[in-house]
Amino acid sequence: MTKKEYNDIPGTFVFDADRSREGYHLNQFCISLRLQENREAFNNDEHTYLDSYPMTPEQREAVVKRDWNLLLELGGNIYYTAKLAANDGINFQDLAGRMTGMGVDAYREMMLNGGRPIQGNRTNSEWEKN
Amino acid sequence: MARITAGVGCSHVPAIGVAMDTGKTHEAYWKPVFDGFKKSREWMEKQNPDIIFLVYNDHCTAFDASCIPTFSLGCAAEFKPADEGWGPRPVPIVKNHQKMASHIAQSLILDEFDLTIMNEMEVDHGLTVPLSVMYGDIGPKDEWPALVIPLCVNVVQYPPPTGNRCYNLGKAVRRAIESYDEDLNVVIFGTGGMSHQLQYKRAGLINSEWDTNFLNLMTEDPVAASKISHLEYLRETGSEGIEMVMWHVMRGALNEEVTEVHRHYHVPASNTAVGHIILENNI
Repeated sequence: MTKKEYNDIPGTFVFDADRSREGYHLNQFCISLRLQENREAFNNDEHTYLDSYPMTPEQREAVVKRDWNLLLELGGNIYYTAKLAANDGINFQDLAGRMTGMGVDAYREMMLNGGRPIQGNRTNSEWEKN
Repeated sequence: MARITAGVGCSHVPAIGVAMDTGKTHEAYWKPVFDGFKKSREWMEKQNPDIIFLVYNDHCTAFDASCIPTFSLGCAAEFKPADEGWGPRPVPIVKNHQKMASHIAQSLILDEFDLTIMNEMEVDHGLTVPLSVMYGDIGPKDEWPALVIPLCVNVVQYPPPTGNRCYNLGKAVRRAIESYDEDLNVVIFGTGGMSHQLQYKRAGLINSEWDTNFLNLMTEDPVAASKISHLEYLRETGSEGIEMVMWHVMRGALNEEVTEVHRHYHVPASNTAVGHIILENNI
C-alpha cells in the first residue's frame, strides 16, 4: 500500500478509491435523490426506499439519523450526502455549519469574517495541540 | 481557422447561481461578488466569442459513482440544465458546436489524450454558473450568446488528473481548435475553486494568500502553477480547492505570455473564495 500523506490533514476525508468502494451503495442512494420522483418515494416511505440499496446497517442508520459526519466516516462523499441534505432543505452552508459542530449562525459568521484560517489547520499535530 | 483569443478563470459556486435565479444579487451579501463581474460582462460583449470551450466538473449530477471518467467531452447537440436536487436552474439549454466538438474529440485522442465521448449529458452548476456570471441574467426562453463545448473533468474521486496533465491537455485542445477549418473566435474557460472545503470538521477553510499567489502564477508562470501537487491543493486550499487543476487546461491553451485584463477576488460566497481572471492571448 502506498502511504496516504493526505491522511495527515485534520478534519478532512479525501474521497479516494478505498472510500469510494466502501461508500458505493450509500452514495448511489444519495444521488438517486437528485430526481423529484425518487425524492417523493423516499419521503413517502424511507425504510422501503432504503431497502433497494444494499448499504451496511451502520450506513443505513446514519442515513435515518441524518448523522452527517458519520455518513462521511462510512464512505459517503459530500457531493452525494448534499443530495440527502437538499432533500431535507439544508443547503451546503448550513450542512457545513452542522458538520463542523459550530452551528449554522456561527459558521456563517466565520465565513463572513474570511473563513477558517489556514494557520493551525494544516496537520493533525496542529489540531492535537489544541 | 478557428483561434483561441482569451482564457477565463472563474469559480462556479452553486449559491451564486441561486442568488441570480432568485434576484438577490443586489443584497449586501452578494453585491461585492457580482460587482467584480461588471467589467467581465462588458468584456464578454466586446469579445463576443462564437464558441466557449468550457472546462468544468460535474458534481455527482450527470455522473454517479458507477462511472467516473477522468476527462469527458460533450459531443451532444445540446445539454439540458440538470435537476441537482433542488430543481433545474432557469437558464437556457446549452447548445454545442457539434461538428467542432467531434473534430476536437478525434484530434485529442490521436494526440494521446484518451477521452470519454458524451453523446448525451445534462449539465450542472459547474457549467451554467460561469456562463451566468459572465453573461448576466439570461432567461430559459432566451439563448446563450455563444455555443459551448463542455469538457468535464473528474475532481470528485481522488485523484483528479495532475495539474501538469491538465496543462498539457490545454495545449492539445489548442492544437485541435487551431486545426479546425472555420473562422471562429474561441474563448476557453477554466472553472472551479478557489480555496474551499465543504466537508467535515475543517469545512470553511479559506486561504486567500495562497489563492492570490495562484492568480499571480496564472498570469506570470503557468508552468510553475501546473506543478502544484495534489497534496498542496488538499492541505492549503481545502479538499474541494483541488478543483483548481481545471484552470490549467485553460492556461495551457493560451500563449505562455498573456495580458491580464481583469481580476476579481472575494470571500465569501457560501463556503467558498470566489476567484476570477481574464487573460488575453497577445497577438
